[in-house]
This record gives sequence, structure tokens and C-alpha cells, in this order.
Amino acid sequence: MRTVATDMVIIGAGGAGLQAAIAAAEANPAADIALISKVYPMRSHTVAAEGGAAGVIKDNDSLDDHFHDTVSGGDWLCDQDAVDAFVAEAPKALLQLEHWGCPWSRESDGRVSVRPFGGMKNERTWFAADKSGFHILHTLFQTSLKHASIQRFDEYYALDLIVQDGECRGVATLCLATGEEVAFLAPAVILCTGGAGRMFPFTTNGAINTADGMAMAYRAGAPLKDMEFVQYHPTGLPRTGILITEGARGEGGILLNKDGYRYLQDYALGPPDPWPRKKAMELGPRDRLSQAFWHEQRKGRTISTADGEVVHLDLRHLGQAKIDERLPFVRELSRAYAGVDPVTEPIPVRPVVHYTMGGIDTDIQSATALPGLFAAGECACVSINGANRLGSNSLTELLVFGARAGRSAAERVRSAGHKATSVNTDACEAAFGRTTRLLGEVRGNETIAGLRDGLHEVMERCAGIYRDETLLREACEKIGSLRERFPALAIQDHSRVYNTELIYALELGSMLEVAQAMVHSAHGRQESRGAHQRLDYPERNDERFLQHSLATFRGSDPPAIDYRAVVITRFQPGERVYGGVPGAADSKA
Amino acid sequence: MTERTLRIEIQRYQPEDDEPPYWQGYNVPCEEHWVLLDALNHIKDHLDGTLSYRWSCHMAVCGSCGMVVNGDPMLACKTFVRDLPDTVRVAPLSNLPVERDLIVDQERFMTSLSEVSPWVIPAGTPPEDAEYRQSPQELARFRQYSMCINCLLCYAACPQVGLNPGYLGPAALALAHRYNLDSRDDGRLWRAEVTGSENGVWECTFVGECSEVCPKHVDPAGAIQQMKLANSLDWLTAPLRRKERS
Repeated sequence: MRTVATDMVIIGAGGAGLQAAIAAAEANPAADIALISKVYPMRSHTVAAEGGAAGVIKDNDSLDDHFHDTVSGGDWLCDQDAVDAFVAEAPKALLQLEHWGCPWSRESDGRVSVRPFGGMKNERTWFAADKSGFHILHTLFQTSLKHASIQRFDEYYALDLIVQDGECRGVATLCLATGEEVAFLAPAVILCTGGAGRMFPFTTNGAINTADGMAMAYRAGAPLKDMEFVQYHPTGLPRTGILITEGARGEGGILLNKDGYRYLQDYALGPPDPWPRKKAMELGPRDRLSQAFWHEQRKGRTISTADGEVVHLDLRHLGQAKIDERLPFVRELSRAYAGVDPVTEPIPVRPVVHYTMGGIDTDIQSATALPGLFAAGECACVSINGANRLGSNSLTELLVFGARAGRSAAERVRSAGHKATSVNTDACEAAFGRTTRLLGEVRGNETIAGLRDGLHEVMERCAGIYRDETLLREACEKIGSLRERFPALAIQDHSRVYNTELIYALELGSMLEVAQAMVHSAHGRQESRGAHQRLDYPERNDERFLQHSLATFRGSDPPAIDYRAVVITRFQPGERVYGGVPGAADSKA
Repeated sequence: MTERTLRIEIQRYQPEDDEPPYWQGYNVPCEEHWVLLDALNHIKDHLDGTLSYRWSCHMAVCGSCGMVVNGDPMLACKTFVRDLPDTVRVAPLSNLPVERDLIVDQERFMTSLSEVSPWVIPAGTPPEDAEYRQSPQELARFRQYSMCINCLLCYAACPQVGLNPGYLGPAALALAHRYNLDSRDDGRLWRAEVTGSENGVWECTFVGECSEVCPKHVDPAGAIQQMKLANSLDWLTAPLRRKERS
């Protein structure tokens, strides 16, 4: 084992990790920052975000509107102090990216352009055509290169946090290129490891979104918050799950069932015209749109194809010029992966697992319950998204809270005053132990593909868009038994250099642990709110569940589930209202 | 689903075995709509867990899965099985050191990229609480060059990358050009110290293969030729600038 003593460790080099690193480098230029990622920064999943990033910039918009849209969109499970901080810092964060060179799409007068997005009252989504995440990630990565204090460790897989005396002291990692065990020791550690979508079979998420960071924090004692809330994006390509951005509807795209009917008008999102219209129809929130698909399928009104049931996303009326200017990637993806040119044909789409609203519980300074550990981005839950994230809030979230995490960690480094040069060997050995076991000679007859298929099957069937007691109880049992089988996992590859099979096994272990937190949290929440819909408890129940769930790791046992009140400052829970007549679409208090 | 069995021969290399690279073949039952990456994942899951390769997004934007397929550099996630013959030979990207199986060392690109200062070098302080004004026309000047996904297919295709280990390479130069053309940037002459050096644009012999293989139509060859022209003009006008300064 090699040790690297440094001031700050950031795990994950996607949007949040890079933003945290730059913010920390600017806040404390003397600090040494180790930026660790299991992939090269440009491969991080921020790259796949398409539609844009929300931030108030236009005269017809206000921070209050962004706040209200976000809180009602999240079905009042958002912490309102966090949302206030978020909307206030959003414009500055987006402007900073502009100054760093992000190629935002422009108006003819040279100002940045914004587009409408689901659940948003005004146009406030900044976009770089339909590759916003790609450009944000590359802008951040390229900008990070000018900071000499950011030292990257590309393709290092983080195994476990190193915890001693109740504080996070570093992280145990595996260098993928050599198989060498490397312990990074530092007084401040930030997790920016992204989401957990790969625990489902049908997802927009890349192969790397395997809940590693959530699992590390969870094992180290930091609770996972609101894990039952999983976002289905309403428009993914069938079979591959490739994302077709909400920006397509922001630009005027419509959704049609097998009769060519704009079915969303039947689900409290209409009337259909005039169109486009904010907070209505196809610009409703993602939870409502995905649920509407589920009902349409039940009614036999979806379109049966060789790749399963779909509806049609029709962009033809936008015309080729607009599609090529605003949605070129949608056109490229549809042609390549669905064999459909949206200029001349509608795109087949269906709901697809997209985003983990829940994550590592943090306060609004991005600090977790474990001293020395911070988290930001999709792996964290600072509670701006509540029970349903609005599209284009997450790219902004990783900027705002990534920067907050970087500054908080820099402050902790300053007050600690020294590098953490030594920790006791037990803490390190515990962190490295799991790898050794997987690589060792003890073998069972379980396979990665077998256990992963089991996980996928149960998550899709039992923890999908609609859930109930029977399904969730089954999910709890089955995930528990998959975890029991995991130690009998055998891998064929016992080498050190780029042992990707070992990494897949470790990722699978993380997903099983976090999936267990997810299904137990879902089982405990006996109400329907946002993305968590229970057929047996169809109503929202503020009396019992205006609360965050907190799942705490208990070794091989199922997690303990506790609750904490939501922070409500100035917007009392009300009914979520979408559709209606132009201008009247808003929440009723 | 229609299935077709593909014979996929993969160049294997495991440095710990002290053996030179060798070819290993797999018979893979492929579904009609699969991409090559799906076939590799099938091998990994069901036939041979020891095969190593990089991938993530499965939608041609993360740039991880570049490899050489029947002699041509391609993204495995955008190479459709229906377009492939019955026997396919898959090798790691050319011109870069092989670490294991289909995984190559990418440090050469990472270093080259850092060397060209790929960030905005502004003329003054940015506008306060506002964006730089940039017209759609100004955006269009550099946008194409900002589309590079760093997949390194161009490094595998470029003969000069293979011949000169110091050459910065097509992607890094195209990204330098991207910032040079950005109306917010004033760093062109600074970057020219590197891009105009012996390992910069003058190494390019304009074979043009980099642009041919680019999955995102970035056209690094075009970028490099434009930089050569700018570099020559800078050289011609350098005495004038010195005079102005003195």
C-alpha cells in the first residue's frame, strides 16, 4: 500500500467534482487538491446531459418564481433554505461558466438564450444546443487544467472512506492501471460520484453510474436521504434508454398515443392549446408525464413495437432548420439508434430511469453527518429536488453545491492547518479488505451477470413508477437475499492491471447496498408524493410524511429508516397545479 | 429478434503474463439492432470475464470506447453489427501504447491538451454580473471545434502521431484553435508558442485522416491548416509588433 498525504481529496471528476476542485483552488490556492476519478474526467456522466441548466437571467423572470417552481415541482419535499440558496447562486454560477468559455447558445443581440423546461413558469434554462452537459463538463475540465494545485488521479477506483475517531480521514483506492492500493489521506474529503441509475435495467445512465459514492458514505455511517425518489424521464429511446431531452418539448415537441392524441390532456395537464405553454401538457413535470404513460399503457393506448410499448414524440412541425439549430444531437441519436429522422417521422419514446433524487444527506454547506466528509451533485441530497426534480435544475445544482463543497472543504483544510499524514492501519486495512476478498482464492458459484440480472429484475418490477406493499415487501426480501449471495461471487480475472471485472464486482456490491436503502425507504413511505407513487396509498400525507427519510447502514442487516422534518420557510404545502389556462398555471397555497 | 452469430476476433494483451499480444476469437450471437459494444458486453458477461475495455455512455458522447475495427478507428457504441461482416477484428487504438486488451494509454493526449492552454485567456476582466456579448455568428466560428469528445480516433488515424512521439496531435490542436477563435479569448499568441513549435501544427502533413475518422465532424485537419496560415502571418508581422512595443 502506498499513501498520499494531501490537503483535500475529491472523489469524482464530473461536473460537481471539477467545480468543487476549481472553487477550492480559488478559495485556498495553497492547498494541495487530489482529484480522483474512476474514469478520465471527460467520460463522467455529466457529459450526457442535454437540455440545459436553470438560472434566472431574464427580466421577465424572478428568483421567487424559480423558488416556487422548484418547491411545488418537488411536491414540497424540498428544504426551502436550500432552494433559496440554490436559486440565488444559480445565475452567478452560470455566468462564471460563460466567462470560462462555455458555448451557450445566443440571442441575435449576443446575450445568452434560454428555453422553456418542464414545470418552469418562465424560460430560464440556459443551453448549448442540446449538448449542454457535454459543454459544461468540457469547459470545467479544460478550465481546471490551469490550476496547478489540482492534481488529478485519473482511473483510480475509490474503495472505501478511511474513518478514524469519528472523522473522515481519507479514502482507500485502487489504481486501475497497476492494481496498486493507494490510500489518500486528507482532513477534507468530497464525494462527487454521481447517481445510481445502473441498478435498473432500463436507464439513461452510463455504465459508471453505480452508486459507489453513496455506498461509501453509507457504509461509513452517513445516512442516505430520500432514496425512494427515483426519477423516470418521460422520453427515452426504447431498448437503449438513450435520453431524448426535455428541450425537445421545450422547443414545441408534442407527445401522441397510438391514436395520434395528445393524451396528457387527460391527466390534469391540459387543455392542449394554446401550445407551447409553460407548466402545461408536454411541459409538465417529469413525474406526472411518466405516470401518464403508465396509465396510457394500462388503457392499451400506447404503441406496441418490437422494442416494447412506446408513445410518439413528434417534432416534425418544428421544421428541419429549428431541429438542426436547437436539437442536432436529438436528430443524430434518433437516426442512429432508433432509425428515425425526427424531421420526417415521430420519435418512439418511453419513460426511463434517469436520476436519483435521494443521496447522501448534506446540509446547505454540502457537509455530511460525518465530520470531514462533504458531498455534492447527484450523489448528494441537499434537498433542492424533493420528491421530483425539475429538468435543468441538476446541472445548476452541481455548479452551486459543487462550489459550496469546495469552499467548505477549503475552510476545513485551513482550520485543520496540516495534512493528515498518518492514520491507524486498521482503518486502512478495513477499507482495502473487500478487494482482497474478491481477488482471493475463496470462490463461490455466483456470477456478476447473474446477480446483476437479479437486481435489475426486482428493481424494475417492484420499484418502478407505481409501487405497492406487496411489491415492495418482495423487493426488500429479494435485495436482502441478493446481498446474502454476494460473498459467493466468483470472478475469473485475478490480475492487477485494468481488472475491469473486479471493478464491476465492487460496483455491483455498492448497487446492492444502495438498492436495499432504496426499497426499504420506499416501503416505509406509505403515501404518494412526486416520483414515489403507491397504488395502496394514492394520496400525499403531509401529516405523517412531510419528512425526509434517512436510511442508516446496519451491516448485513437491512437499514434503519428514520425521518426528519422538511425545512419549510415561506411556502406552505399546497396542491400542485399544472395545465389550466395560460398564465393561471401555478400552485394553490 | 433476428440473431446473427458474429465471429469477433479481439487482440488480447495482459502485461502480467509476459506474452506478446495475441488474437482470441469469440462466436457471439448478436441481435440485429446491436452495436459492437453490446457484443463486447455479451462476451464480458457470458463468455470471458477477463476481457478489458473502456465504455460508459453508450450514446457516442463520452468518448471512452474508441477501438480499431477491421482496420478503422471507430466508437464501439456507434458501430452497428448490421454494418459489419461475419468476421470482425477488433484491436486497441493505434499509435498509443497498449495497457491491456483494448485499453490504451491516453496520457499523451492529456499532456498535449494541457500544453495548449485550453481555457479562456481574456484580454481584460470579464463583465461584472453579465455575460460577454457573443453573437450567433461569433459562436458559429468556433462551435464545430468545441465538439471534440476526446475519443482519440484521430490519434489512431494520424501517421504523424505514430512517427513523432512529441507531436501534440489533432484533437489537442483543434481545441487550441477552438479557444483562438472564441471572441472571449485573447490567448492566441500565447498558445502559438506551443502550437507553432516543432511539435505543433508544422508536424502535420495534411493527410486529413483525422477529419475522416472524427465521429463528431470536428475537422481537426481544417483547424490545423488555418493555424498554419495564422502562424505564418504572425511570423511575418512579428517585427512590426516588436517595433510597436518598443
